[in-house]
Amino acid sequence: MINRRHFLIGASQVGLMTALGASLPAWARSSADGNMGITTLEGRDFNLTIDRFPVTIDGRRGRAVGVNGTLPAPLLRFREGEDVTLRVTNRLKEDTSIHWHGLLLPFEMDGVPGVTFDGIKPGETFTYHFPVRQSGTYWYHSHSGLQEQDGLYGPLVIDPAGADPVAYDREYVLVLSDWTFEGGDRVFAKLKKVSDTYNMGQRTLGDFFRDVSDNGLDATLRDRREWGEMRMSPRDISDTSAMTYEFLINGHTTGDNWNGVFKAGEKVRLRIINASAMTIFNVRMPDLPMTVVAADGLNVQPLETDEFQMGVAETYDVIIEPKEDRAYAFVAESIDRSGQAVATFGPRPGMRAEAPALRKIPTLTMKDMGMDHGAMGHGNMGGMDHSTMDHSQMNHATMDHGQMDHSTMDHSKMGHAQPDEGQMDHAAMGHAPAAKPLKTGPGVDNIATMPVSRLHEPGLGLEDVPHRTLRYSQLRSLDPIPDRRQPERELDLHLTGNMERYMWSFDGIKYTEVKGPIIFKEGERLRLHLTNDTMMSHPIHLHGMFFELNNEGGDHRPRKHTVIVKPGEKLSFDVTADALGNWAFHCHLLYHMHAGMMRVVQVQPRNPGEVDHSTMDHSKMDHSKMGHNNMNHGEHNQ
Amino acid sequence: MSLKHLLVVGLGALSASAAAQDHSNHGTHTPATADTPYQMQGSGAGHHDPMFLFLQADRLETQFHDGEETLVWDTNAWYGGDLNKLWIKSEGELSLSGGEFEEAEVQALWSHAISTYFDLQTGLRYDIAGKDRVHAAFGVMGLAPYWFEVDAMAYVSDKGDITATVELEYELLLTQRLILQPRAELAFSAQHVPDAGLGKGLTGLDTGIRLRYEIIREFAPYVGIEWQKRFGATADMMRRDGEDPNRMVLVAGIRAWF
Repeated sequence: MINRRHFLIGASQVGLMTALGASLPAWARSSADGNMGITTLEGRDFNLTIDRFPVTIDGRRGRAVGVNGTLPAPLLRFREGEDVTLRVTNRLKEDTSIHWHGLLLPFEMDGVPGVTFDGIKPGETFTYHFPVRQSGTYWYHSHSGLQEQDGLYGPLVIDPAGADPVAYDREYVLVLSDWTFEGGDRVFAKLKKVSDTYNMGQRTLGDFFRDVSDNGLDATLRDRREWGEMRMSPRDISDTSAMTYEFLINGHTTGDNWNGVFKAGEKVRLRIINASAMTIFNVRMPDLPMTVVAADGLNVQPLETDEFQMGVAETYDVIIEPKEDRAYAFVAESIDRSGQAVATFGPRPGMRAEAPALRKIPTLTMKDMGMDHGAMGHGNMGGMDHSTMDHSQMNHATMDHGQMDHSTMDHSKMGHAQPDEGQMDHAAMGHAPAAKPLKTGPGVDNIATMPVSRLHEPGLGLEDVPHRTLRYSQLRSLDPIPDRRQPERELDLHLTGNMERYMWSFDGIKYTEVKGPIIFKEGERLRLHLTNDTMMSHPIHLHGMFFELNNEGGDHRPRKHTVIVKPGEKLSFDVTADALGNWAFHCHLLYHMHAGMMRVVQVQPRNPGEVDHSTMDHSKMDHSKMGHNNMNHGEHNQ
Repeated sequence: MSLKHLLVVGLGALSASAAAQDHSNHGTHTPATADTPYQMQGSGAGHHDPMFLFLQADRLETQFHDGEETLVWDTNAWYGGDLNKLWIKSEGELSLSGGEFEEAEVQALWSHAISTYFDLQTGLRYDIAGKDRVHAAFGVMGLAPYWFEVDAMAYVSDKGDITATVELEYELLLTQRLILQPRAELAFSAQHVPDAGLGKGLTGLDTGIRLRYEIIREFAPYVGIEWQKRFGATADMMRRDGEDPNRMVLVAGIRAWF
């Protein structure tokens, strides 16, 4: 089962190769007997070389950009409390960089060209040196151009200084990714030219007749009219798809069948990293429950589930306890259900679990447009699959279905690039006039007029699966959060875009148009509100600082570095500005970031006496006095 | 006229930059210095939006009517970023039996995004076949509600003649790759232009339907049928020339982009 590529890669490695042996720690024990695992480099001192090299994906040859000639890049293993030195040499003809995703470090070591350093020029070696202040499952990737798409990503695991609260007998690192033979530049260019080029799940004439049959002609026509008026597609789930992607687990397609072995009854820890450029994955192991023990590297209170959605750049650690003498499938299915990567866990190497059939593509609803007026449209919108809706999560008490006349509702009036709608969110809801209306125009195709909290929902499209699903609202940090102060200041940020023009931004302003960074003051406790005005799920990532997701978890709110903001959702998180310097803050869908869905957060030293809010730049929107919490969204349910 | 000449006319404007590659300019970065760690960009100001080159043969087809074959092209190219692009459009017809251009024009337009779905386009149109004419051109191009692609242009010629065209296209997905495209093109003239064969008012309507199969998204062969009707004085002039102002033509061609 060891394929030639890995064999060659393994033989050429400079670092420490892990070997078999009962005396080795649990993480190191499993890498040979059947595990076509990732090359591991361990210690305090690392030499990494970035270059182009040939790869074979699903039997087809291509060229990757990556580290030390492997895809994914080698597993780096640090120990909490140690100082590490990483010398990164660029053998490309272009600039490169490595960003240590989720690590708390001096910003100069964060590896974002133009934000924290100058990038690594061709032929140069940049030395990263920083203390390791945390433990858990992380990853690293290029922050230059689109190199991340072309292969420059790898796993990073930090063993705790003390005892690990998670008990396990064996572990595997699973790096999920998406590979394209077209290359990142070409994919981005095609999206800019014909933005739906990779969408292979659009509604067809057949769907129309099916909907007429299921919902009647009137309801189907009404549904088509509503989406048609908006010039939007309810199947706009993912910009990219299996049309160009091979989905990979540790560099292997389903056909390549990455293989992990276990002894029945063992506790196996899976460190799962979504290192994709663009693909949000649904992760499940049919017939095998998974107990989530860590999210984004940090321990959470153990939670058993059957499936979870992983945003790009999120990591989850789960414990599985396979008890039967059989092969189990590990399935990473793309959010648009266009493809999947399946790996096998079995008691013997070389087994192949049965890959489940791809499930039906989800269809978006008006809720995903941020227009769900109290779960508007039930029974009125053709094409809405009621079986997919989780009514248990809805508060029917607040809905007035009887008064709604959907047939006369004009969606074209609901804020598609109309400036007055942008003001509605601010002006009509009692914000101070200093809050600028959201910029609209060519770059903004929708403003969510009624964004709602969706933390209690599973990932998009998982509403109807016949088993347990993980919801953000369930996550509880194992340790109490370190800073329990109330936020001093609140900031609002809208996730905006125009799918047709393939423009992406925050607050309607692309990164290239931004005048300056978002200012945090040292030590400040902030609350950020994110409103997703687009129809897509965006995994939003803050560098340098963990944030506490406000999911009603009190002092055990989960601390994360990346959070998926669902379509039409408004969520918030709290963050303590304890890391001075410049930090990238962006959507981790690579092409969204590249198109402009990015900001820089600058944590400035607090000057003595500088606490007077009147001196603050109101363009940065100080909403702390504006009483967001008292907004009555229900008023809009008319 | 040779086929080579045709290609020069139809695609010549595109070829000027055809060698250009898509490129992303990742910008220059201000170096960090130890003294001024907070003075770095942090604003995206050092980054530039990438520019792209788009080449498209929206229709490149042979029309069959009464044993005559006509090559028709409707090709576009643009270069630019999100909000501003240089568009080059070329359309025309070449009689394959007669070897003559029946119509041929090329437009160079500055295209500026003015709303979520529409661009304003202004520039020049040059007619190559028949009487050489230059027109000032302006109009809008974009996506109307219900997914209609709209290209509406008005022209003022160097003789002061005002004309206009409106193109509408719609795509009906039979499958993810098999796509039925109804299309209509209306032409208007504000005055009689005898030497261009145009009467006053609605001069022509070409409406048809094409069925294409996208082997890959960038390349799709198609077949179709088109009804071409000329009206009023325009039709009268055609009849005088011995041509039929009402024609049903079969078409076969390719749609391609890069």
